[in-house]
Amino acid sequence: MKAISFEFHRPASVTEASALLAQYEGDARALAGGQSLVPMLNLRLVRPAAVVDLSGIAEMRAIEVSSSEISIGALVTHSELEFARESGATFDLLRHVAAAIGYRGVRNRGTIGGSVAHADPAADWLSCLLALGARLSIAGPSGIRQVPIGDFILGSFTVDLQPGELLTRVHVPLLGASARWGYYKHTRKVGEFAEAIGCVVDDEARGIFRVVAGAMSSPPVVLFDRARATTTLDDVRAALGTAAPSVEGHHVHFHAAAVMRALQSGARR
Amino acid sequence: MIEISLTVNGEAVHAQIDPRMSLADFLREKLHLTGTHIGCEHGVCGACTIHMDGVSARSCITLAAACNGRDIRTIEGFEDDARMNAIRAEFSGEHALQCGYCTPGMLMTAYDVTTRFSELDEIAIRREMSGNLCRCTGYQGIVRAVQNVFAANAANTKE
Repeated sequence: MKAISFEFHRPASVTEASALLAQYEGDARALAGGQSLVPMLNLRLVRPAAVVDLSGIAEMRAIEVSSSEISIGALVTHSELEFARESGATFDLLRHVAAAIGYRGVRNRGTIGGSVAHADPAADWLSCLLALGARLSIAGPSGIRQVPIGDFILGSFTVDLQPGELLTRVHVPLLGASARWGYYKHTRKVGEFAEAIGCVVDDEARGIFRVVAGAMSSPPVVLFDRARATTTLDDVRAALGTAAPSVEGHHVHFHAAAVMRALQSGARR
Repeated sequence: MIEISLTVNGEAVHAQIDPRMSLADFLREKLHLTGTHIGCEHGVCGACTIHMDGVSARSCITLAAACNGRDIRTIEGFEDDARMNAIRAEFSGEHALQCGYCTPGMLMTAYDVTTRFSELDEIAIRREMSGNLCRCTGYQGIVRAVQNVFAANAANTKE
């Protein structure tokens, strides 16, 4: 239950972090809050040559709000989002999701960027940010590129990050004043990994409607992306069969029920 | 080896450590602060909960190397803390422990929760304390103790 030996670096800037990550050619792991990486180090599921601690990079800690988006630094903790004071539907959803991630001590340390880059399919942020249509800033040796979160998550624990690249910001488009949302997570125990997630974002004024199912063995999927008059349990089960055929047996019902509860808790039915 | 400088219970600490060392092991084995207990070592049980920069954190899944410049407070650092002593008194009064192994972590989380919120109902208290496992008590006494702390805080605010 002790990590293997590794080298440790504390870069002070994104450029320095990128150079360090490039130097190890994929054999270094970036450390943010460490709430997933350090357990995996302790269990020796991860055996990197080096750990690059990003926590000293001040520019990755800020939340910036413009007229069109919320730009969240990758090092912003779940707790900071849970207690964010800004108003509006987007922040309401972010607060709701952040408040139920893991445990109090985990939310105090764990970060949104770390969670997205780790890409555990059960992570709340993957489903929530897919429903919100978030884009990610990825810094690398050749500058910064932006990518939609759906393209960034390639599979379970697998993301589109090349050696030398790191996730620096999460960009969430602002929803309108009349937007509605719903989120439902099924866990066996408070704070445990989710077994099913449903997330709905409905912004009629901006023509945005997304229903997402998450916490499967593969990354979250968009079940519906066009506004619907009614959605029944059978509609959701059928959409799951198409979008996530690997979900089988009683798990189909867990996921369909989570999606229905998300729909019923907020968005237009 | 890597050098770290941090504050532990109000005192400046400088050390050379192996980067793979957890904060929990650093506190216990290098600083001999054994009030911080180690249970699961992967962030599930909460026995190792300490305060980092004023809020609760799990020291078994925090690398000591990542604590450079941080302000760490362990259960030993709360000896003269009136708020913690009130929480301790409620834990004693409600028999909120049997073997006591989880208790330092329970107290650290209870302190964070009762500082962060002015009031919480029983369900919310159970949710807030859910990251700390107790294998003896069944939690009834622990929840009552935290409820008592909130009630006392509310009474003090009114006075």
